[in-house]
Amino acid sequence: MSALLTALLVVPFAGAILAGVLRSERAGTYAATGAALVTFLLTLPLPIGRGEGMWHEADTAWVPGLGLRYHLGVDGISYPLIVLTALLTLLCCAYTIWHAPAGRPSGARLAALLLVIEVGLLGVFLSLDLVLFFIAFEVVLLPMYAVIAGWGGEARQRAARKFALYTLFGSVLLLIGVLGVGISAGTFDIVALTQNPSLARSTQIGFFIVLAIAFAVKAPLWPLHTWLPDAHTEAPTVGSVILAGVLLKMGTYGIIRVGLGVLPEGARAVAPALGILAVAAIIIGSLVCLAQKELKRLIAYSSVGHMGFVLLGVAAGAVSGGLAQSMGVQAALLGNIAHGVITGLLFFLAGAIKDRTHTGSLDDLGGLRETAPAMAGVLGFAALASLGLPGLAGFWGEAFAVVAAVQLGGGWIALAAIAAFGAALTAAYLLRLLRRVTHGPAASSVTGIAGVTAAERLAWSPLVLLALVLGLVPALVSGVAQ
Amino acid sequence: MIDHIGLLPVYLAAGTAVLVFLADLAVARTSVTLAVGVLGAVGTAASAVAVRVQPPHRAFCVESGCSWVYDRPAQLLAVAVAVLTAAVLLLSAPTLRLGQIPAGEYAFLLTASMTGGVALAGARDMITLIVALETLTLPLYVLVGLRRTSAESAQAAVTFLLTSVAATAVTLLGAALMYAASGEVHLSALASALDVSGPARPLAGAGLLLVVVGLAFKVAAVPAHAWAPTTYDGAPLPIAAYLSTASKLGGLFAIVYVAVLGGVAWWGVLGPALGILAAATLVVGTLVALRQRRMVRLLAWSSVAQAGFMLAPLSALAVARPSGLVGATLAYGLIYVTVEIAAFAGVIALRPPGEDGGTLTDYAGLGRSAPWRSGAFAFAAIGLAGLPPALAGLFAKVFVVRALVNAQAWVVVAAVALAAIAGLAVYLRAVVPLYRSDADVPGWILSPVSPAVVVVLAVATLLAIAAGFAPQLILDLTQ
Repeated sequence: MSALLTALLVVPFAGAILAGVLRSERAGTYAATGAALVTFLLTLPLPIGRGEGMWHEADTAWVPGLGLRYHLGVDGISYPLIVLTALLTLLCCAYTIWHAPAGRPSGARLAALLLVIEVGLLGVFLSLDLVLFFIAFEVVLLPMYAVIAGWGGEARQRAARKFALYTLFGSVLLLIGVLGVGISAGTFDIVALTQNPSLARSTQIGFFIVLAIAFAVKAPLWPLHTWLPDAHTEAPTVGSVILAGVLLKMGTYGIIRVGLGVLPEGARAVAPALGILAVAAIIIGSLVCLAQKELKRLIAYSSVGHMGFVLLGVAAGAVSGGLAQSMGVQAALLGNIAHGVITGLLFFLAGAIKDRTHTGSLDDLGGLRETAPAMAGVLGFAALASLGLPGLAGFWGEAFAVVAAVQLGGGWIALAAIAAFGAALTAAYLLRLLRRVTHGPAASSVTGIAGVTAAERLAWSPLVLLALVLGLVPALVSGVAQ
Repeated sequence: MIDHIGLLPVYLAAGTAVLVFLADLAVARTSVTLAVGVLGAVGTAASAVAVRVQPPHRAFCVESGCSWVYDRPAQLLAVAVAVLTAAVLLLSAPTLRLGQIPAGEYAFLLTASMTGGVALAGARDMITLIVALETLTLPLYVLVGLRRTSAESAQAAVTFLLTSVAATAVTLLGAALMYAASGEVHLSALASALDVSGPARPLAGAGLLLVVVGLAFKVAAVPAHAWAPTTYDGAPLPIAAYLSTASKLGGLFAIVYVAVLGGVAWWGVLGPALGILAAATLVVGTLVALRQRRMVRLLAWSSVAQAGFMLAPLSALAVARPSGLVGATLAYGLIYVTVEIAAFAGVIALRPPGEDGGTLTDYAGLGRSAPWRSGAFAFAAIGLAGLPPALAGLFAKVFVVRALVNAQAWVVVAAVALAAIAGLAVYLRAVVPLYRSDADVPGWILSPVSPAVVVVLAVATLLAIAAGFAPQLILDLTQ
């Protein structure tokens, strides 16, 4: 089983090299998709033989001089994210077979970069060594930069640079934080540090703040979110899907695994500040969305709000018992996965609409249900899932984040109330989105557009299905985490 | 009684220079001269590896210490300088074949400089150290000015000469003050002798600081950095590569020898001074590099910043175990020279023979017409930025930050963090034009690349990849 963990990194990496060197465009994308498929299939047997704590581990020394070990592991917290990463990468690679962005460098290269990003993402979710975690965190940076800068929209250079510099700011803080924690505690082993957090409270608070800022850039938490809308607006469809679907989860996963796990005292002390920022993100994200005129930008800002709910859950969890024991962390994990599925789907839809109408402006769209009823239907479904309709995936994470906050009493009740109001705003802007895009008379840009293609149906249906299944059986995520 | 075995690398290096000279006289063919130079440099490197360092060979000993000690750091520098010289000779092949630069003189001067570098490796007294360092630098004045038809080249040589002479004067003054205060020249003796009391004490401290500031010139650290961009840009490209790798590494070792071996009593002053030097170098180098439009100037300013990364760990000399700090500095230096020589090899491979580095826009669209060369150059630039997929560069940064976090030198950590972030923007400036999808065909015809350059580019890239997967090897070398 431990060989399986290494295979999860080696297979997409080999696929990326293969797709990069193959001369033929077609063979390259097929090779990449094949590698992504194999990776996805490899994630499925992981729960076999699971027990308490880590299900499977691989552990060898890598750089003894640094105390760096090649230490991988999977447990209930990371497993849903691993599956989600593998699934979304597979869908995106398959999507590039049919939908290579026109007039741009080859689709095979794009697929290869997606696979390298997958290596980094899986590396982050699998790492049980702080330095290894940092290295995997960094692996994602340049390929994602290249995806935006190579295949993005008009202002792609600027957006890509902003993404890269913001993210690097976060990861430099991450490096300082993990080295500080590791040196103070004498080990970089996440499992050992989680089992007996030996650091003094004041040290924990200091390092938690550094690490929380590092992860908040990635998540992103208001006010460090400004790279996100630009990056999403300019990124190609598959880039947006990966970015919103799993890349942001590196931030929330990091804050749960490293922040809450390794520095529980620090997390508890800083949790109120985190909670306030999370609620501010919910409200501000929603208000910006209400005034937003660009489709992809609107969805991007909605991510700020949704990640706010996830971080509210994390903050509440940090106060009420730390890793995996509490409702707050459960809510955060659920919200993470739900947001990845739903926002991935929304970005696929936004990409499909922009490809056909060549505009993302809400003023120029309208009446989609007249001309492309199937697409309008899926968009409606995704929007309802995103606004947290009970029975769909978005509901559980956000509802339980609020409940977890209420249970703490005191000032947390106020935060919960504001967050609940934010949920209402979320409903308002998503319904506004639906009204502007799907209802009303058909705008000139949407008349005569093509219907949903087979490739799109293939890419969307697993996400639609997951949004429904996770809504009905949230225990699929929270069950494995316990 | 002189231990000649320990001096073997120096003999071979000097012999190489003489052989190159004779080969040029006797055969007068560029390829033969270069081949002799490369073989001699490789032989020097091989002998430097072969001579044992445990226990070290010593030579020229008096009771206060030895002037020549061939230990592990000496071996490291000797091998690095010899290998880099071989690489630079190979990189020079296309330029020399044009016939505008006299190959014999060129190769002789370069191997003479190598002799200085190898001699510097084992130098353990101030006089030997300064003489060796000048032997390393002196031939470069001529080499920088060898593009005889170019006014920039002459300007570069004059700039280099003037600043270098001033820096050497400062170093000599410092060494003289240290001698006046302590009566010692051997580093091992200075370690305790500089701890004088009474009126001589300020003399000793000032002398040490002056030496370090003078040596900062060689690594192009602030405040003695301004020569680097003009000199690199005017020099022939392979000489710019040599300046930013072998010459810089020599300066770094000289600083380490003086500060760590000789300056023990003054670590409390020297550490913060080096910290200020490093922080200023990091910030100035990175921020000015952001505004460069010419490729070599960008690399020159970025190599100023890189010197800051190398010096940064030494800022904690007074508060942390020096072996860890020196290890981080030397490990960073080794990884740096590997990716830097790869970056220059990439530039040389992408430019027509004999040309200078050109502007950044001259590289537009090369990623498509020359994917392998561009890929290798991009890999090296990413390595300098310290990011995956160039893991070696990432580990180099991790070594430095780890040493600093361990010593809790938070101010220097902040400077390193700032330079690391802004550094990415610098290297993206160099790499992005290669891959612009809307770029026109470059204005000049992409010439086929010389096999000698390909060898250097490939070997340096493979070494960088290997160092990325096995950074422990680098750490083992530098402990």
